[in-house]
Amino acid sequence: MTSVPLPVLMPALPEILLAVGAMVLLMIGAFLGEKSTSTITGLAIALLVFVLGLLVVAPPYGTTFGGSFVLDSFARFIKILSVGGSAIAIAMSIGFARAEKFDRFELPILMVLATVGMGIIVSARDMIALYMGVELMSLALYVIAAFNRDNLRSTEAGLKYFVLGALSSGMLLYGASLIYGFTGHVGFAGIAASIKANGAGVGFVFGLVFVLAGLSFKISAVPFHMWTPDVYEGAPTPITAFFAAAPKVAAMGMFLRIVVDGFGPATAQWQQVVVFIAIASMTLGAFAGIGQKNIKRLMAYSSIANMGFALVGLAAGTAKGVEGVILFMTIYLAMTLGAFAVILSLRRKEGMVEDMSELAGLSRTHPAVAWSLAILLFSLIGIPPLAGFYGKFAVFGAAVEQKLWTLAILGIITSAIGAYYYLRLIKIMFFDQPVAAFEPMPMEQKVVLTGSVAFVLLFVVFGNPLIEASARAAKSLF
Amino acid sequence: MTVFSFAFYMFAVITVASGLMVTLSRNPVHSVLWLILAFLSTSGLFVLLGAEFVAMLLVIVYVGAVAVLFLFVVMMLDIDFAALKGELARYMPLGLLIGVVLLMQVAIGVGVWTVADGSEGLRQAVAPTEIENTRALGMLLYDRYFLLFQLAGLILLVAMIGAILLTLRHRKDVKRQNVLQQMWRDPAKAMELKDVKPGQGL
Amino acid sequence: METIILFAPLVGAIICGFGWRLIGEKAGQVITTAMIFLAAALSWQIFLTFDGETRSIPILDWIVSGTLHSEWAIRLDRMTAIMLVVVNTVSALVHLYSFGYMAHDENWHEGEHYKARFFAYLSFFTFAMLMLVTSDNLVQMFFGWEGVGVASYLLIGFYYRKPSANAAAIKAFVVNRVGDFGFALGIFALYFLTDSIKFDDVFAAAPALAETNLTFLWSEWNAANLIGVLLFIGAMGKSAQLILHTWLPDAMEGPTPVSALIHAATMVTAGVFLVCRMSPLYEYAPQATAFITVLGATTAFFAATVGLVQNDIKRVIAYSTCSQLGYMFVAAGVGVYSVAMFHLFTHAFFKAMLFLGAGSVIHATHHEQDMRNYGGLRKKIPLTFWAMMIGTLAITGVGIPLTHYGFAGFLSKDAVIESAWVGSSYAFWLLVVAACMTSFYSWRLMFMTFYGTSHAHGHDDHGHGHDAHGHDDHHHEPHESPMVMLIPLGVLALGAIFSGMLWYKVFFGEEAAVRNWFGMEAAAHGEAHGETAAADHGTEAAATETHDDSAATEAAPAEGTAVASEEHAAEGEAAADAHGPAGVAPKGALLMLPFTPEEQAVVDTRLDAEKAAKAEHAPTTMINAAHVVPAWVKVSPFIAMLIGFGLAWLFYIKDPSLPRRLATQQRPLYLFLLNKWYFDELYDVVFVRPAKWLGNFLWKKGDGNVIDGSLNGVAMGIIPFFTRLAGRAQSGYLFHYAFAMVMGIVILVTWMTLFGGAK
Repeated sequence: MTSVPLPVLMPALPEILLAVGAMVLLMIGAFLGEKSTSTITGLAIALLVFVLGLLVVAPPYGTTFGGSFVLDSFARFIKILSVGGSAIAIAMSIGFARAEKFDRFELPILMVLATVGMGIIVSARDMIALYMGVELMSLALYVIAAFNRDNLRSTEAGLKYFVLGALSSGMLLYGASLIYGFTGHVGFAGIAASIKANGAGVGFVFGLVFVLAGLSFKISAVPFHMWTPDVYEGAPTPITAFFAAAPKVAAMGMFLRIVVDGFGPATAQWQQVVVFIAIASMTLGAFAGIGQKNIKRLMAYSSIANMGFALVGLAAGTAKGVEGVILFMTIYLAMTLGAFAVILSLRRKEGMVEDMSELAGLSRTHPAVAWSLAILLFSLIGIPPLAGFYGKFAVFGAAVEQKLWTLAILGIITSAIGAYYYLRLIKIMFFDQPVAAFEPMPMEQKVVLTGSVAFVLLFVVFGNPLIEASARAAKSLF
Repeated sequence: MTVFSFAFYMFAVITVASGLMVTLSRNPVHSVLWLILAFLSTSGLFVLLGAEFVAMLLVIVYVGAVAVLFLFVVMMLDIDFAALKGELARYMPLGLLIGVVLLMQVAIGVGVWTVADGSEGLRQAVAPTEIENTRALGMLLYDRYFLLFQLAGLILLVAMIGAILLTLRHRKDVKRQNVLQQMWRDPAKAMELKDVKPGQGL
Repeated sequence: METIILFAPLVGAIICGFGWRLIGEKAGQVITTAMIFLAAALSWQIFLTFDGETRSIPILDWIVSGTLHSEWAIRLDRMTAIMLVVVNTVSALVHLYSFGYMAHDENWHEGEHYKARFFAYLSFFTFAMLMLVTSDNLVQMFFGWEGVGVASYLLIGFYYRKPSANAAAIKAFVVNRVGDFGFALGIFALYFLTDSIKFDDVFAAAPALAETNLTFLWSEWNAANLIGVLLFIGAMGKSAQLILHTWLPDAMEGPTPVSALIHAATMVTAGVFLVCRMSPLYEYAPQATAFITVLGATTAFFAATVGLVQNDIKRVIAYSTCSQLGYMFVAAGVGVYSVAMFHLFTHAFFKAMLFLGAGSVIHATHHEQDMRNYGGLRKKIPLTFWAMMIGTLAITGVGIPLTHYGFAGFLSKDAVIESAWVGSSYAFWLLVVAACMTSFYSWRLMFMTFYGTSHAHGHDDHGHGHDAHGHDDHHHEPHESPMVMLIPLGVLALGAIFSGMLWYKVFFGEEAAVRNWFGMEAAAHGEAHGETAAADHGTEAAATETHDDSAATEAAPAEGTAVASEEHAAEGEAAADAHGPAGVAPKGALLMLPFTPEEQAVVDTRLDAEKAAKAEHAPTTMINAAHVVPAWVKVSPFIAMLIGFGLAWLFYIKDPSLPRRLATQQRPLYLFLLNKWYFDELYDVVFVRPAKWLGNFLWKKGDGNVIDGSLNGVAMGIIPFFTRLAGRAQSGYLFHYAFAMVMGIVILVTWMTLFGGAK
């Protein structure tokens, strides 16, 4: 019997802490019962913030678990974003849960566990670990999509998400097995080495397509996006906010790592797939968003279009492009959380409203909120000098640098078309006759909104460290 | 043909045939039963490979738990399968077309599949010979695939939380027996002695 | 200190413009005025202590893009110092004056706040003007140029309830755009050819430019001349020269202090400033300067003729301004930039004073501007009368002929005319005639306003609507203006009397003094009589051929050596050697090269040769030549002035019916003049209406049908189609969604199989 040395645990410390912390919280919840919800929410936020701090100060520790897990500056950057996004999303759920009376302590715990999954997928360097992380994250998301189990739409959302997610998992696994079959490796490094040695064969390319299809589902890129509008609309709003923020960033991080790290020598092949889904996502996001009346559905199409923009940067296939994607996702995260802070505050005595027409005259009933949302929307459109402009500039610039003119021009055209629905929202807020006022905004949403608007406004002045950090992160992938 | 070969081909043919029957049979209960047969024959294949542990797991977990659960669910759900089939028929041509296209492409992919050097040897010895394969599996799981093992545990935890969260309801209108409460009741508080005089009511 | 001067008005404008709600209107007014007074005091300190050495005071890097590097810097030289004084002094006085003038304004309702806005605009204007005059490069200058344009627009249209004021503001803005287009083209051309927009670099490259050709529009042009003309087109717009002058009279719709500050003393002189500032370039652009001379003289003449018959007091002064600007351009055109600056300097004082005096009259008569309704105001507003009298004496050029004693206008205008005689006889004669007419209309203004009998009462009967204004004195008795309005008049009167005599020497005295004052090097010339070998290379070669051996101010005659000042004698040789094609910017604020051989020949034939011989120096430069013109030339403007005065006296004092008879007798001519030579009507037909028609056409047909039509087609037809399609796909059925995913996979796999490049 040989004694086995314990693997190095430091690189996975954030995930370990989160997992253990989640279990401790679960215990507390199980013993204290429903009344412990606010305590557990607070503790969950504290846990996430602690891990966030840890990530900020942590040095890049390198690989562990036999090379299937890595903490480099790329992983660290994406993890900071997703952990931060999760913490904010949990914080934003407090007021909602209290008002809607479904405060159950499992919600923050599941969100923390989903965050563990995000950490895993960002760090995974082999197919199996990647799959496990995806499942861990997704399973938690399926459950919280259906969290409001007495609500028909919420259950429907959860079920649809689950079934389609299972299909996408099947695709991912099928692709992974093809890749394993044709390259003989599950580790990214081995796969890359094998492609380099033998070239990208047809079997491998099939595997690649299936894997990318499975991953595209997670970032809701067209044509694997179909769940997004229904789930966004059906799920309780703070959960939608969570869906739109942290998992998207983490999934995009995973996408970046697998194509660069694992399929790097087959860039010419995956580039085509990425170009296809990027164009499809931008176009569909722009066109379909126009017809929407529900603001959460609108945000769904907005996020589809934004994923398309991010993929434009990836399509460049260069470190510059990856840097652009990271920057874009950072800015997207800030804008999305801010927008959802506003959506979450659309509450009257009789309950939440989600219809866009209910925003009419917001500039007169709640001028500060209206102006903040207007700034965020302008930033989403990409008006300089707001942050959104720099995000788009980074990804389109990278594409142009690689002579992907069509892609960049299509991106700009769809941006312009997409501007329509953002501008319509602004028009409704500022020029339509006011309807009844909303309840005052809870404190935590005010803080999130202010922070988001400040980020968007001040990025032009103080954005440089962020750009440098994303450049460093991108460099660590190559 | 040795007994080994005979057993292999028998199990293999049964697996494929029952897999086909799962999809083709009209009655869903039959489908599940065919599925159980497929599992059983697969476990037979595992035994032939010398992986008894996995074979037993398959029988216990899939046949004993999962498939039986499926059976219950299928029998309890009242699904109009005829209507579903009708719906299916509408999409059949398109679905078939896509299926054929995909199959052809997979065939192209498989067509270029080559066997790597030394893979034959690896297939001969799935597990180290000096230790039994259960132990070998354990050593792999707790050492090389420690992370994956733990992650699987976490996934199950999430699944458990989810199942409880989405299905468990405390019905307020049903009286439940609370054993602890019954045990800890204080007789002094629960009972009151009344001295009832004969001939008078309370 | 220079930075304080530059930014004090801006700070004042910002505090007053945005902060008056916090600090109150009064405080805002006081702060802006105090800031400008501070700037004015510092400007005088610089003006009086400045040593003539050009300095550059960087503030910050402004534009860095490729080879274009534009700093935001203050160029401090004599030109800047003069302009600082002019701008800040007049601005400070106008601020003070506005306290009184704007105190009650019936264009605004009771309780409306307009004063803070007015003062903020004034201060903003001052800042922009300072940006213009302190600029170190052309882009910065353009910024100031446009800044004053904006301020002018805002102030002309200050009474935004009056349609005529709005129209005038728009007109000023649009007409100036035409000029600015030329200016911008000039800057582009300079950047294109010299790769820099910094003054020093441009000046250094000027000799080379004179030998460069540039293709523009349909033919080849000499680069220096082309750029000179383009820049001058900008100057024409800003300084209201002929063709682009139409906005200035209309600009009188603005409040009178604005007219005094912007449309008399400062902004309109920006064009003259530009030409003088670019003198190192113009010295190499003889055709451009000839064009400037002709146009300036024509403008001076034209504006004076129109001024003869105008009845609105402010319009008379406006045309007078236009005319005087023409004088300045003639001076610049014939090459005596210092004289142009001299006239600019003195003109700022007396013209600002005339405007402020007119404002005082208007104030006194409750916003009556038609001179026919004045009369006999001398007794009622004596202080204003005396101020106007001083202004009139200054503008008409009263002084003792053949000496240097006289009002400011006497010295500067005579200097212009004398120089013009040397440079161009066309300009000389037009200017003399214009001087006569200047005298006529100025005295006409005085006589109609202050002498004769009052016409105000008869006017009241046909109800000019003054009663609605709610003034205290319902009899409309003219009253003297308050002290805050009279003090600026007094200060400007000092300037109008003494500024000419005090600074005559340094603007138009001995050449050495002038050169020293402007920090210029000694004029170097080697070919006064075509003796040196380099003569055929033109003037820029002259600099290289200097044999500077004279410490005296006067050079030895007829030997083709240099004229040098004492200060620069020692270093003259070295400095002169440094000149030449290699290109170093000339020192000093101005460049005044000696005559080329051809010019010298022309000048020699025209000058009084004997007198030149007696003076023992050959007039090889314009400034020297102008000093030795015949006596009749020197006296001619004075005579013209006397004739003008006499005619005015005859027409308006002796026989007041004469003007009407003359007008009926010479009706076509009268109408021609009264309608300002029909420029507005001509422009209306030639430019305005076609432009309106074109705009209308493009709006209705081009924009409305083609662009909007196609956009609407896309926006309302195609996009909703796709939107509906996308909405239909989102059916809500799970198997549709799954189907879409499978379809996606199949499409991708098929694509990759066929075109994916997989081996």
